Amino acid sequence: MVKVWWLKLMIKIKINGKDLEVKPKTSIIEVADQVGIDIPRFCYHKKLSVAANCRMCLVEVKNFAKPLPACATQVMEGMEIFTKSKFTKDTQKSVMEFLLINHPLDCPICDQGGECDLQDTAVAYGASKTRYTEEKRVVFDKNIGPLISTDLTRCIQCTRCVRFLKEVGGMAELGLVGRGEHAEISAYVDKSVESELSGNIIDLCPVGALTSKPFRYSARSWELVRRNTVSCHDSLGSNIEVHVKDNIIKRVIPKENESINECWISDRDRFSYQGLYHKDRINNPLKKVKNQWKEIDWEEAYELIKNKINTINTKKPNQLGILCSPQTTIEEGFLLKKISKQLNTTHIDHRLLEKSFSKNNNWLGCKIEEIESHDSILVVGSNLKNDQPLLAHRFRRFAMKNNSFSIITSYDDFNSTPCLGKIIVNPSTYLNYLLEILKEVQSVTKYKINSESIKNALKQIKVSKETKKISESLTRDKSKNAIFIGHQVLAQIEGDNIKIIAMHIAKAIGATFGVIPGYANSVGLSELNLSLDEVNTDEVINQKKESFIMINFDPYFDYHSPKKITKALKSAKFNIAISPFVSDSLKEFDIVLPMTPPTETSGTYMNMEKRLQSFAAVTPPHGKSRPGWKILRVLANFLELEDFSYDSSDEIKVEAIEEINKNYSHNIKDFENSKKNKIPQGLELISPIRAIDSDMIVRRASALHQNENIDQAFAYINPKTMLKENLIDDQKIKVSSEEAEITIKIKSDEKVSLNSILIFGKQLATASLGMNHKLKIKRSS
Amino acid sequence: MLTKKTIQKIDKELKKFPDDQKQSAIIAALQIIQTENGFLTNDLIAMAADYLDMPKIAAMEVATFYNMFELKPAGKYKISICTNISCALRDADDIVCHLKKKLKIDFNEVTKDKKFSLKESECMGACGGAPLMTVNNQKMYEYLTPQKVDQILEELDS
Repeated sequence: MVKVWWLKLMIKIKINGKDLEVKPKTSIIEVADQVGIDIPRFCYHKKLSVAANCRMCLVEVKNFAKPLPACATQVMEGMEIFTKSKFTKDTQKSVMEFLLINHPLDCPICDQGGECDLQDTAVAYGASKTRYTEEKRVVFDKNIGPLISTDLTRCIQCTRCVRFLKEVGGMAELGLVGRGEHAEISAYVDKSVESELSGNIIDLCPVGALTSKPFRYSARSWELVRRNTVSCHDSLGSNIEVHVKDNIIKRVIPKENESINECWISDRDRFSYQGLYHKDRINNPLKKVKNQWKEIDWEEAYELIKNKINTINTKKPNQLGILCSPQTTIEEGFLLKKISKQLNTTHIDHRLLEKSFSKNNNWLGCKIEEIESHDSILVVGSNLKNDQPLLAHRFRRFAMKNNSFSIITSYDDFNSTPCLGKIIVNPSTYLNYLLEILKEVQSVTKYKINSESIKNALKQIKVSKETKKISESLTRDKSKNAIFIGHQVLAQIEGDNIKIIAMHIAKAIGATFGVIPGYANSVGLSELNLSLDEVNTDEVINQKKESFIMINFDPYFDYHSPKKITKALKSAKFNIAISPFVSDSLKEFDIVLPMTPPTETSGTYMNMEKRLQSFAAVTPPHGKSRPGWKILRVLANFLELEDFSYDSSDEIKVEAIEEINKNYSHNIKDFENSKKNKIPQGLELISPIRAIDSDMIVRRASALHQNENIDQAFAYINPKTMLKENLIDDQKIKVSSEEAEITIKIKSDEKVSLNSILIFGKQLATASLGMNHKLKIKRSS
Repeated sequence: MLTKKTIQKIDKELKKFPDDQKQSAIIAALQIIQTENGFLTNDLIAMAADYLDMPKIAAMEVATFYNMFELKPAGKYKISICTNISCALRDADDIVCHLKKKLKIDFNEVTKDKKFSLKESECMGACGGAPLMTVNNQKMYEYLTPQKVDQILEELDS
């Protein structure tokens, strides 16, 4: 029999005389990494393509006259590799000498000093002296934005940053301009890097050429204490390592977790820490006296609350409304639920942006790692890059590999990714497109629908070419597909209907169905079953209350209707805010209790794949602020509620998890072919939320917002719509929703769907408009 | 703006590549634009990039990598002289010195009468004829000596 070595499952090689059996088609450096043999490298990175341009990983291989780059050489049967031989060592020394020729000796003033690959490698593999006496080259630094500072003279042209932005970021924003000795990293003519994952190139840079701008010169790496925690900004639950000096967070870097964030984090997770130290942060409980905030101590605050709450007649139900942010930990959520029960109120919720409240299947429906194992994927109504910056990378990678990724959304922020089907339309028409797909899928799979209302709705549907293409990819034989619904869909009135139809499609083709949840603990709080099926935020707001407790959010920004919530707060007698920050939006409150943000409390989040991740505080509480669970525990004790004697958050966690494991079942609503289904006339307001506006902390992170004027926001309109509506670029128009009227400058943007006007939500200048309402335009000159 | 003629020529080049690999034609496109305009500006490079659906910075990389591309106005005769190892061993440095003295310009400069510009180039793969230079990327002169250079310059000048 002929031996066909490339078909063999394992091949035999030797490294440093040690016999190894390895998979074919792996590179030498991968094998060495697996077995723990150290090969120095600069340009190689396991998550990026191989460039082989730094030459640091050269190794001796038997029967080859020249050393071979370990990153670009695949193992072969019988290969003998020497990583410690004299030949290899001499080679490494020579390469090191070349790399250091143009590298400045400025380690004492370099932020990378102490954690620098070049420094470490030079010590381990380089010569102890330099022989180079000629002039070194100088490269002028470039401004590539407020997050990353450049010292390009230090660059060794490994091109990791270039490859990262092209392959992971999805847009080639940096390049290697020039040639040979004149080669330098540059963005295209003074442009800044705009990728939402750009901060990762700081970690990738093996030298001090790219460093963090906000962190610059504020600490040395050996002064920092490293503590692990979980990011609180999106529902991915990225694992992060927080670097602390003198109890202040100095920077945040990713902690590798292959099944969640791999080795990356988004810029939001990385730079949001600046928001923690914003001037709005409060140190003491505040009481409102004659429209001024007055600092009081905790004892007084609790007494005051006790007196006020005790005046509420708790015999009558629902006199108290409790709203908390979806970033509230499971422990805090559990205590809130317990408090609400004893105070005889069921009016408690965490869904602030939603207008659709069905409670089933509000999670990803599969493991994050499994996303890419599908054969084709349809995402409906998610602005992936803004909603889940890092998760978007997995979808992008899927799209690049499979060419079977389709998306239906209103703002095409995924435009650098090849999509099989891409439908950019107004949210009010999502439902129609999904019905088209359902109809097409049904005709292929003969799926039976029992619901009369869906049957009726399907009758009027004509299938368009584009949806046919998507349906075809979803119904291919033996394929395992997935349909995901963006969190923004639930912020539409039609959200529940869209969800029902999407679930039917998924059922018809045996696909995974999932919702991409919005916030760090959206899933956890849903699983806790914080509110009853028929209760939701709108209900809580709309019914008259004696008192409101609002936890960890900003009513003006974070709820979709600032007018309604303000009205509700005004009509209540006594309002309590529990929040790390105080600002104008809390003016309707009577008392503010300073709560610590997630970095200063222990707690647990459940991420989009229902994975529970507990974390401890990484810094002590700021001033006299206290962790949310402690505030609630003491409050409950003051109110003489039963069974609140917890000593640690772990004790609460145990009970909270019991509660989660109860697996509440929910009423599943049927499809309603209601009148709201009508497509509104005129322009539709689309309010996606930018990654950097999503919560109280990021909104206050200065570097993330450095390039913008907070008083000015823009309305983005598709150029075709502008032509039709007779509008021109930079024109100022008046727009009014049910909530407010504002004047705003318009800009043309091809990524926006037709017949709509896009104003990002949660921005200071436009928050008064509310989100996802109908909109009227009035022209002004 | 790219003229109609330029676009026609680029389109002809594009036919050589698959539809989703448009950026393969970037060198040809930049060459065409340079012939038309004399040199490449940032705007022209950006236009080429947009036309070929590729990132601007990638087109920039190509335009800055090859020294046949001019990023600022060049003289009527662009002299590119190789200074790589083979030519250097055959005294290319002397030729460079001679040229610089004679034309009174340094590398990447243009003579006052806009007739000549001088460029340092990489190996042209004709080391057998070292030292050597090209004029306007097309005509190659081998086995250079200062006398021969004088002769060539005179011929070009006349």
